Amino acid sequence: MVREVAVVVTNSSTYNMINKMPFFKAFFVLLITVNSMLMSAVAGTLPVDSVDILYHRYDGGGMEIDGPFILLRKSIGTQVSVNGHYYIDSVSAASIDVVANASEYTEERTEISAGVDFLHEKTMISTGYTNSEENDFEAKSAFLSIGQDFFGDLTKLTMGYARGWDEVGQIESDFSEDVDRQIYKLGVSQVLTKNALMGLDVETISDEGYLNNPYRSYRYFDPADENNFLTAREIYPETRTSTAVAVRGLYYLPYRASIKGEYRYFSDSWGIDAHTYEVLYVHPFGRQWTFEGRVRRYSQTSADFYSDIFSHEGANDFLARDKELSTYTGITYGGGVTYELGQGVIPHVNKLKLTLLVDYLKYEYDNFRDVTAGNGELAAGTEPFYEFDAWVTRASITFEY
Amino acid sequence: MKTHLIIGLLLLSLVGMSGCSGIKPWVKPYERNNLADPIMSLDRHGAAGSYIHHVYQAREGARGAEGGAGGGCGCN
Repeated sequence: MVREVAVVVTNSSTYNMINKMPFFKAFFVLLITVNSMLMSAVAGTLPVDSVDILYHRYDGGGMEIDGPFILLRKSIGTQVSVNGHYYIDSVSAASIDVVANASEYTEERTEISAGVDFLHEKTMISTGYTNSEENDFEAKSAFLSIGQDFFGDLTKLTMGYARGWDEVGQIESDFSEDVDRQIYKLGVSQVLTKNALMGLDVETISDEGYLNNPYRSYRYFDPADENNFLTAREIYPETRTSTAVAVRGLYYLPYRASIKGEYRYFSDSWGIDAHTYEVLYVHPFGRQWTFEGRVRRYSQTSADFYSDIFSHEGANDFLARDKELSTYTGITYGGGVTYELGQGVIPHVNKLKLTLLVDYLKYEYDNFRDVTAGNGELAAGTEPFYEFDAWVTRASITFEY
Repeated sequence: MKTHLIIGLLLLSLVGMSGCSGIKPWVKPYERNNLADPIMSLDRHGAAGSYIHHVYQAREGARGAEGGAGGGCGCN
C-alpha cells in the first residue's frame, strides 16, 4: 500500500491520470495532493498516552456476549505514538437465527490490533493492522489515514483507505470461502462558532466474495402442503458496494452542557436504504461528574432479494432471509455517568476516568416473521413479526499518564 | 457512480481550500474555552465508543461513517 503511494506521488500530472488509473490510485493521488497543499497549516498533536480497560456485555435476543476490550497508547518521542488493542467476545448464542437453523452454541472471538500515529511536520499519518479470529471466521484488515488541522485549527480533514480480507468457514466442515473488502473514508470537522462545531463523514465500502452467512437459510412454501415451509441455503450476490454519509452537530449550551445531533444516510447496491438519527445530551456536575443521555433511531428497507418466505425453491437468482436484510426499525435509549479524578491522586497518572454506560435496544421487524412462535402450529407465512430487545453495558476505567 | 461521488467530494475540498487560503480564523484562540471542554468532543468514549459501533454493525444492514475523529477546540 505504501509502495503504491510512492509511485503516484512522483507523477505530477495528477488530474490527467485520474481517469486512467484504478480508483484507489486516484484516491491516493488526491490524498497526497491535498496534504501537500496544506503544509502551511497548523499541526495536530499525538494522542494522549493512556490505558483504557473496558468490560462490555450484550444481553438480548437470545444472545449473551461479554468480554474485555483493552486499548493502550504510548508515545515514543514527540512524533510517534503506538497503540494496540485486545478484544474478546465470549458468545453464548440461542438467537432466533440459531434456534431456527441450528443448535445453541458458545464460541469466542479474539481481536488484536497494532497501530502507529506519526506526526510529520504538520501532518498526522496513521496506520494499523487488525486480526480477528473465531473458530469459523477470520478477518484481517489494514488501514492508512492522513489527517490535518488547518484554517487556524478550525477545520480538521481526515482521509483514509483500508483493505480487509475475510475467510468464512463453517464448523465441522471443510467449507472455506474468501471476502475482499476496500474502504474509503473522508471526514471533516469544522468549528462554526465559539459554541458550535459540526462534522461530515463519507464512507464507501465495497466487498467481493462469499457474502452469505453459511449457517442461514431462506424458506419457501412446501409444494406438498402450503401450510408448511422448507428451507435451503441462501444465495447472495458476490459483490456489495455501500455508501454512508453522516452529518453531526455539537453545541455548547448557555449553561455548561452540550447537545449533539446526528443523521446518517446509508445506501447500498443490494437495495438497502437506511436512516439513523441520534441526539445526545451531556451534563457535567462540577469537574468530576458527567451525566449523559441519548436516543437513537435506526430504520432500513429490505434488500432487493430478501423475502420472509419465497413461493418455491430457487424462486430468484439471489435468495435471502437474513433479518439484517429485512425492513425494520431499531430504537436505543442510553444513559451514562463518568467520574474523573485529576492529577496527583495516583502517582504518574494525569487523569483517571471511570465510566458506566447502559443502553436499551429494541428492534421491530416489518417483514421478518418469528418461525418459533405458536409451537410450529401456525401456517407458514402467518407467524407474528419478530421483535427483540437487548441491554448493552459498558464499564471502563481509563488512565491517562 | 459511488467512486465518482468520492472523487467529486475530494475535488470540491481542493477547490474550497485553495480558494479560501486568505480566510482568517473567525473563532480566535481566546474564544475557544467552551470548545475545549471535554463535553465538546465528538468521540468521548474511546474503546467504549468503538464497541457500540461494533454492536450496531452486527445487527444492522447499514455500516460506515460512524465518525469519531475531531471535535474540541483545535487548541492542540
